[in-house]
Amino acid sequence: MTSGPQTITLAKGLNQGLRAAMEADPKVIVMGEDVGKLGGVFRITDGLQKDFGEQRVLDTPLGESGIIGAAVGLALRGYRPVCEIQFDGFVFPAFDQIVTQLARFHYRSQGKLRMPVVVRVPYGGGIGAVEHHSESPESYFAHTPGLKVVSCANTVDAYWMIQQAIACDDPVIFFEPKRRYWEKAPLDVEVAPPPLFCSRLVRSGTTAAVATVVAYGPMVRTVLDAATVAEQDGQQLEVIDLRTLSPLDLAPVFDSVRRTGRLICVSEAPGEASLIGELAARVSQECFYSLEAPVLRVTGFDTPYPPAKCEEDYLPDLDRILDAVDRVLAY
Amino acid sequence: MPSRKRAPSRSGPTGKPVGSPTVGGPIVGTAMEIDGPHSPQQVIAGLRATSEGEDLVQLLTPEGQRVSHPQFNLEISAAQLQALYRDMVLVRRFDREANVLQRQGQLGLWAPLLGQEAAQIGAGRAMAPQDMAFPSYREHGVAWCRGVDPTELFGIFRGIDQGCWDPVSTGFQLYSIVVGSQGLHATGYAMGQRLDGRIGNTDSGEATICFFGDGATSQGDMHEAFVWAAVYDAPVVFFCQNNQWAISASLEHQTRVPLYRRARGYGFPGIRVDGNDVLAVYAVTRWALRECRTGNGPVLIEACTYRMDAHTTSDDPTRYRLADELEEWKLKDPLERVRVHLVREGMAGPEFFDKLATEADELARRLRDYCTSMPVPGPERIFSKIYAEPPPSLAAARADHLAYHASFTEGDHS
Repeated sequence: MTSGPQTITLAKGLNQGLRAAMEADPKVIVMGEDVGKLGGVFRITDGLQKDFGEQRVLDTPLGESGIIGAAVGLALRGYRPVCEIQFDGFVFPAFDQIVTQLARFHYRSQGKLRMPVVVRVPYGGGIGAVEHHSESPESYFAHTPGLKVVSCANTVDAYWMIQQAIACDDPVIFFEPKRRYWEKAPLDVEVAPPPLFCSRLVRSGTTAAVATVVAYGPMVRTVLDAATVAEQDGQQLEVIDLRTLSPLDLAPVFDSVRRTGRLICVSEAPGEASLIGELAARVSQECFYSLEAPVLRVTGFDTPYPPAKCEEDYLPDLDRILDAVDRVLAY
Repeated sequence: MPSRKRAPSRSGPTGKPVGSPTVGGPIVGTAMEIDGPHSPQQVIAGLRATSEGEDLVQLLTPEGQRVSHPQFNLEISAAQLQALYRDMVLVRRFDREANVLQRQGQLGLWAPLLGQEAAQIGAGRAMAPQDMAFPSYREHGVAWCRGVDPTELFGIFRGIDQGCWDPVSTGFQLYSIVVGSQGLHATGYAMGQRLDGRIGNTDSGEATICFFGDGATSQGDMHEAFVWAAVYDAPVVFFCQNNQWAISASLEHQTRVPLYRRARGYGFPGIRVDGNDVLAVYAVTRWALRECRTGNGPVLIEACTYRMDAHTTSDDPTRYRLADELEEWKLKDPLERVRVHLVREGMAGPEFFDKLATEADELARRLRDYCTSMPVPGPERIFSKIYAEPPPSLAAARADHLAYHASFTEGDHS
């Protein structure tokens, strides 16, 4: 890699992060459907098999449970598998292996067995895809003790978070915002990254900030855009990128809400019984006396993901977020 | 994709040449035979057959007679046979004691292995120290062979732990309760053995063995395990103990063909062994592990046996099977045939059997004493070792809960 900042896509950030992890540790292996010769349907693993060989980049048969189950066995053998689930909606055949096995080996064995496995899941909508290619299943996994769940939102985090997830001795479900794969940002690998399991304030309001908006993954960009527009309207918003979905790192959220008194949580996933519902509960508990208004949620609807021509309406967008800002300020 | 290392001229266990790697393994019949038989009675008879049929490998008949087999001749000394018999007697005694302990309320549950001693001891003793076993939840006999003390199994069934033995030093992974899930773990582990370059040498090569039952063969994960193992030439022996019953579901609820024949569809050898014949199981498993060790895996073994007791202590088999069936299988008891053989051939005298009976009594007493004195974990155990790198929130939840407990014990609240 050349020194100095380079402007690359989020997808390329992941690719370079994977490459760095494979160079750093010979036990890191990449496995999944079409990840080798093809480089993955999104080209995230492009070139890795060519450079690291078929022993370290495994084109697997088509079976998600097989990918995760075999990865569990490889982890027991001392490997650090990085599994690709091709699309969010296809993680469910592997759900049993992830929830009943991968998440539990450490607890079951009381630490005698470790599961340093990363499961990469491109997730979320906005790409005009057919059914099962636009899901946001992160809450299922955040609800499962024994797993760690993270989501990157930009090139820099993509590059570092994938390496940190691979270095983690616990299983990490790594959600990648597929609609943001092609967005570019400067990456300077000389700048040290923050820890993996921390949330970050990505837009700080002035002292006059009127609300906090929390998002993660694909919605971070949308929320930042909304904050820019809100500023033009004279409303300062603080924006927090959650980054880690399990464990939650809510100290930055609490700090911000204590300043602003208002919280809006944004996610593509259906809102009922969701991760951000937990966020609302925790903020209500910790920041009760600071809140000037109820916590509002802007989410996908409690419906199956609709046909692609309807997804613009389904997905939270700039206007729905600004509408929530208006509503939260009306209290 | 790893390339297949199998030599084209190799023979299957039936001695017939194996023409193509994709249909490797024993050629067990014509296409017609595999398609038929067709009447329900014939299907069931075919599935159930253990002591009849040309496909069954047997070296010691239920009557205690040694018989020869063209591929699996086994030279075994009196001392070795005594040792196998001792294993089976002690494991049976331990299993019966655990059942009693459950009835007395000392164990919450027990999954009895009664009737499957030969399958488990034969397979367990065929393993080399460097091999790895992936059990289901009934593999108490295999655990015994791997040096896991029976007391270490009790934690799961008394609700003390979820598997406390060391899977690495014993080469015996923790019990897997989600049926069939361990098939993929075994396959992945075996893929790792191949990636590590640990196969190819008969003496020091490694192999993996996966234990599962007839019920597990219906699970999708076992199908994927067979596919993965075949595609990656994984050195894994799939050891199916067909004990005829998956709780109340008989074999014809799981399959239309004898289970060992499924291997052909995946492109590796499948072989059926009398699972109540410890010598046949030992010989076949040793062969299969050697095949894997030298790069010719995977192999499927179907050990035909019978679950003589209930699925677990919570089960009531009288609701779904006839007592006649059990009586029939008692005639094929895995221990009795070895005892008869030892006596008839003058390989063991009364002092051997007396000493073994005493040893079994002592084992039972030790287990009973241990079981009733097992320490109950405190509430802090709930939060213990969920992660290698635990998040701070977990420590906070633990501290809160312990403080809550402490609030009841710190004297009066006046």
